Parts: sequence; structure tokens; C-alpha cells
Amino acid sequence: MSGHSIALTAHKDYRGSKIGIWLFLITEITLFGGMFLLYSIYRSEYAQDFHHAAAELNTLVGTINTLILLTSSLTMALSIAAVHHGNRKLSLWMLAITVLCGAGFMVNKYFEWGAKFHHGIYPGSEYLLAHPKGEVLFYGLYFVMTGIHGIHVLVGMVLLTVMFLKVMKQPNAKVSFVAGHGLGEIEGCRMAFVDAGGKVVWKGDEVDGSIERIDVKTKYWPVKKRFHVADFNQLENSGLYWHIVDIIWIFLFPLFYLIT
Amino acid sequence: MSDHEHEEHAHEPAGYGIYFLTWFSLLVLTAITVTAAGMHFGSLSVVVALFIALVKASIVLWLFMHLKYEDTLFHRLVWIMILAMVIFIGMTFTDTLFR
Repeated sequence: MSGHSIALTAHKDYRGSKIGIWLFLITEITLFGGMFLLYSIYRSEYAQDFHHAAAELNTLVGTINTLILLTSSLTMALSIAAVHHGNRKLSLWMLAITVLCGAGFMVNKYFEWGAKFHHGIYPGSEYLLAHPKGEVLFYGLYFVMTGIHGIHVLVGMVLLTVMFLKVMKQPNAKVSFVAGHGLGEIEGCRMAFVDAGGKVVWKGDEVDGSIERIDVKTKYWPVKKRFHVADFNQLENSGLYWHIVDIIWIFLFPLFYLIT
Repeated sequence: MSDHEHEEHAHEPAGYGIYFLTWFSLLVLTAITVTAAGMHFGSLSVVVALFIALVKASIVLWLFMHLKYEDTLFHRLVWIMILAMVIFIGMTFTDTLFR
């Protein structure tokens, strides 16, 4: 029968989607690159003011957030590796930890920004405007860059939550044997599953003319043979996005917190 | 179930160990950059901080983001990106520094 059957499965362009996400990541780098450029120009012009302003930032909070994001990158990579090893449970756990790390990062950010607002430091505040021009610029860049980065973390968290649900459900697949592609040959016959010992383990109804197609529904996870990495390219691509958000923080951290 | 054999396994799945090693090296580099910032190298501290950041970013790109396993197309894409950033930032500085 297999010689006549066709498997109706959706086409997946694994490589194409990966090229797509990399192109998108490049636009992300140019987005932040523009702001880094602005930062470096103003920094070279107002070096002294930037030093004073940066001293106000809490290095400890920045370091903790760095550790949180690096750890989330680890769990993200582990989640994808687990999928490659066919270990769904581990993959789901790692994804959950990744999202929780993202949440922890945002909570830290909330308290950090909250403390700044409490001290009257926010864009356009009277307190800030009384300070030298360079410090105003520093805080303007600080709020915009860490703010847009924070939005990226939130987007990543939503994306990874969706991926969590997808990995939880996936992959169920269906292979169909359609009439006209060999089904006619078995018309009038009765379907049966026969094991290696010749014992009939399952017997079905007669295949008559009313049968249009025979579907074989599979759940991939218990059967490694049916497992295809391409089914998880969305998870891999989301992982790439999460890592680029981490890379951006790797640059934000020293430029805002460590230069005092 | 015949034509499903277009296996995209360009590489054998990496073990978990390499990711822990990657993570650990990133933590060490973070510790180094925080300590270096406290040592007041003066104008050199920016260079040190940026250099360590570049090393960390490269490690994330190469291992976490699987560039190690990708073919030349992906490597070229990243190089084009880096080159573009160098041109953007470099060209702007040739203007602002010599005004």
C-alpha cells in the first residue's frame, strides 16, 4: 500500500524561516545600534556629566539583572536542546524557567525605575532639568534604551509562553491515504494490524466504496522515529529572539551601570 | 510515509554540557567586567568594558544561537551586520571628533 499512498503533511521551510528571523534580528541590531551611536557621541561630548549620572545607577541591580538574563539564555538553549533530544518534559520546564527569569528581570526593572521616579528622576522632571545638560541626556538615553529593551523582554515572554503551549500540544500529525492513490486496491477488504508474530492485534471495518481516505494520526513524542526538528523551528526562532535581547543587555549593562 | 525523509538534521544535537559551560564562561566574564569597572582604569575602562561585552556577545552568538552549526550564509549575514555597525559608528565619529 505504501507505494501508492501519499502523505499529506504541511510543507515546512526550516531554512527559509531561519533566514527570515536572522534578517529580523539584524533590523533589531540596527534599531539599538542607532541608539548606541547616539549614546557614544553624547558620551564623548559630555564625558564628565555621564560619569556623574551613571554613579546614581544601582550597579547591584544591574548585575543581578545581567545574571538573570544570562541564566534565562541558558535555559532557553537547554529547552531547544531538550527538543532535539526528544525530551518534551525538560523542554517545557526550561521554557517555564526562561519566562520566569524574564518576569524577574521586569520586576527588578520596575523597582529600579520606581526608585528613580521617587527621587524625581524621570524624563522632563524639574529635578533633572536643574542638572547639567549631559546628565539630562544620559537619563533620556537610559530611560529610552532600557525601556525599549524592557518591551523586547515582555514581547519575548509572550512569545515563549505561546511556544510553551505549542510544545505542550505538538506535535500531533496526520498522514492520510487518499482514494485514488491505492485505496481502490483494498476496497472490500478488512483492515487489520498484524504484529511480528502474525497475531492480529486490531481489526477494523470493511473498506468499502464510501471510504474516501484513511487517516493515520500520530503523536510524535512517544515515537522518536516520527520526530522532526523542523516541527520546532518556531521554538528555535523564538530562542534566537530571546538571545538577541540578551546580547543587547550585555552592551547596555556596562554602558549604563559600570561607567562611573 | 515515504517522502518524509528530508531530515533537517544538519548536525547531531549538541549535549547539554556545552550550554552549561557557555553559561559559566558568561558568568565569569560578567564577574571580570564588574571587578574591572571598580578598579578605575580611567579612559581605558570603556575599552575594557566594551571588549568584554563583545566577547560575551560573540559567545552567545556562536554557541547559544548555534552559529557554530550554521553554514556560511548565516555567518555572512552576521558579518554584514557587524560591518554595517562599524561603518555607521565609525563614519559618524570621523565627523564629530574632528569638527
